[in-house]
Amino acid sequence: MSRTITVTERVGSDVPRIAESPAGIVWETGLQNPGLDAFVSGELLRLARGGARIIVSIGGETLEEYVRMTSALQGRPEVAAIEIHLSGRDDELDRAVLGAHADRLNEIVGAVARMSLVPVFAKLPGACDDTVGLARTAVRAGATGVTLLASPPALGLEATRDRPRIGIVTGWLSGPALKPVTLRAVFDVAQALPAVPVIASGGVRTGEDAVECLLAGAWAVQVGTATLTDPAAAVTVAQGIIRRLKTAGLASPAGLRGLLRPAEHAAAEENPAPAP
Amino acid sequence: MKRARAEILSTRKVGVYQSITLVAPEIGERARPGQFLAIAMPEGRAFILRRHFSIHQASRRGGWAGTLEFVVDPSAGAGTGWLAAARAHEFLDVIGPLGKAFSYPKRLTNCLLVAEGRGAASLFFLAQELLARHKRVDMILGGRALETVFKPIDAKRLAQTVAVMTADGSLGERGGVLDALPDAAARAAAEVVYAIAPAPILRAIAAFCRVHRLPAQVAIEERMGCGFGLCNTCVVPVARRDGSGYDNLRACVDGPVFSPQAARAPVGSSRA
Repeated sequence: MSRTITVTERVGSDVPRIAESPAGIVWETGLQNPGLDAFVSGELLRLARGGARIIVSIGGETLEEYVRMTSALQGRPEVAAIEIHLSGRDDELDRAVLGAHADRLNEIVGAVARMSLVPVFAKLPGACDDTVGLARTAVRAGATGVTLLASPPALGLEATRDRPRIGIVTGWLSGPALKPVTLRAVFDVAQALPAVPVIASGGVRTGEDAVECLLAGAWAVQVGTATLTDPAAAVTVAQGIIRRLKTAGLASPAGLRGLLRPAEHAAAEENPAPAP
Repeated sequence: MKRARAEILSTRKVGVYQSITLVAPEIGERARPGQFLAIAMPEGRAFILRRHFSIHQASRRGGWAGTLEFVVDPSAGAGTGWLAAARAHEFLDVIGPLGKAFSYPKRLTNCLLVAEGRGAASLFFLAQELLARHKRVDMILGGRALETVFKPIDAKRLAQTVAVMTADGSLGERGGVLDALPDAAARAAAEVVYAIAPAPILRAIAAFCRVHRLPAQVAIEERMGCGFGLCNTCVVPVARRDGSGYDNLRACVDGPVFSPQAARAPVGSSRA
């Protein structure tokens, strides 16, 4: 995954940009990125060194920006897929969250999907009324699948000093605190749209976290915040999935989808038993 | 950058600070002054990010070979409080050395080193490396009060002169490191200035160096998320050479040592 790229360069927001919250971080970088052209001629090639294929996250405030970025990424062998960042402002319709409205989601995902030669995933906003409805809209508009969810909006305050913890005041929540929210979104969408590829994002730190996402119905997982403490977190997560597949005698992570069984009634004095 | 499970060899109180020595040969042999460590917090706590500390000492030779020392301010928060209370023979998950190091002057000889509070920790490592290159070292150390001035007696062993400044006058002269700068620079016949301080003080030191045409290197202390360039949160606004605005550079991988122009608040940034 790349960071989210915009057509023009963004210098980003003021520090402090990160603060801890229980089992999470509240953050805002202001989408700092070098801009589309510099990304394509520099960062993309550096990321792809060593043979990795890159899912590029594109962000914008107008339809035209999304179209321009999709166009510039076509035919680049490094680009495996496009993920559409939809949590930003909508400049044209003057709305706070671009992807939270079905009409706009349909328009933007449709334009990107029609133009793109690689798979397109819509990353749905972290706080919206109807995740399943938006996922259905995105797929009908042509998205290959959905990423669930983007970081929900968050605010960190410091009671002892009467101040916000983030320079531009408001930010987003990431980290382990999000896992149950991710699982619920993945579960709901997978139940309603079982054929739609779902990528789980939010709170995946360990192999067990990833296995839980797969059980809930995810086809893949993203690892973000965990990488900030362990640069090799994605490797650990992958090894954890492989271990589980081996013990379960499964050939592919797809085998874990739908393996979910009914909850067990645990005796009151015992800890809930971990999944076998 | 290496990751190690490092044993705490010793931990001791230095004024209000706690100085922790680790056994980490792979990191220690690569460490240079100005670089820092990223230390993981324990599992199962509310805090998840690593904490970042500049390297106070790294011993490559002798009986202490393979050890690394860093300094913690226990009052800084819950995470550093936990670290300050860690005991010898416990293990820490450490990544390092991280960041750009100070560079050493080739021809110039007289080096003036300036820092406030815990920031002074990495100046001692720098002073030793400069002395090993036959440079003259003078220091200005500051702090709020006596117990927050870091190792003033050790500084006197390393430096030709040490000017100590405290806000309340409880040790040395009353005032800040800036007040001592003109006299100390003249007395030391300073040719190069190294400084570690909060941004407003660095800005004033950088201005002084510009006026007096002194080459300088400044280390910026900014709150970090990861420490290795991923999260883009520890940024420092640096004016572009062509005058077209500024770039937000990451203190962890583009710094923490910058040229003094990084300390200037660029037009367009709220950090004026």
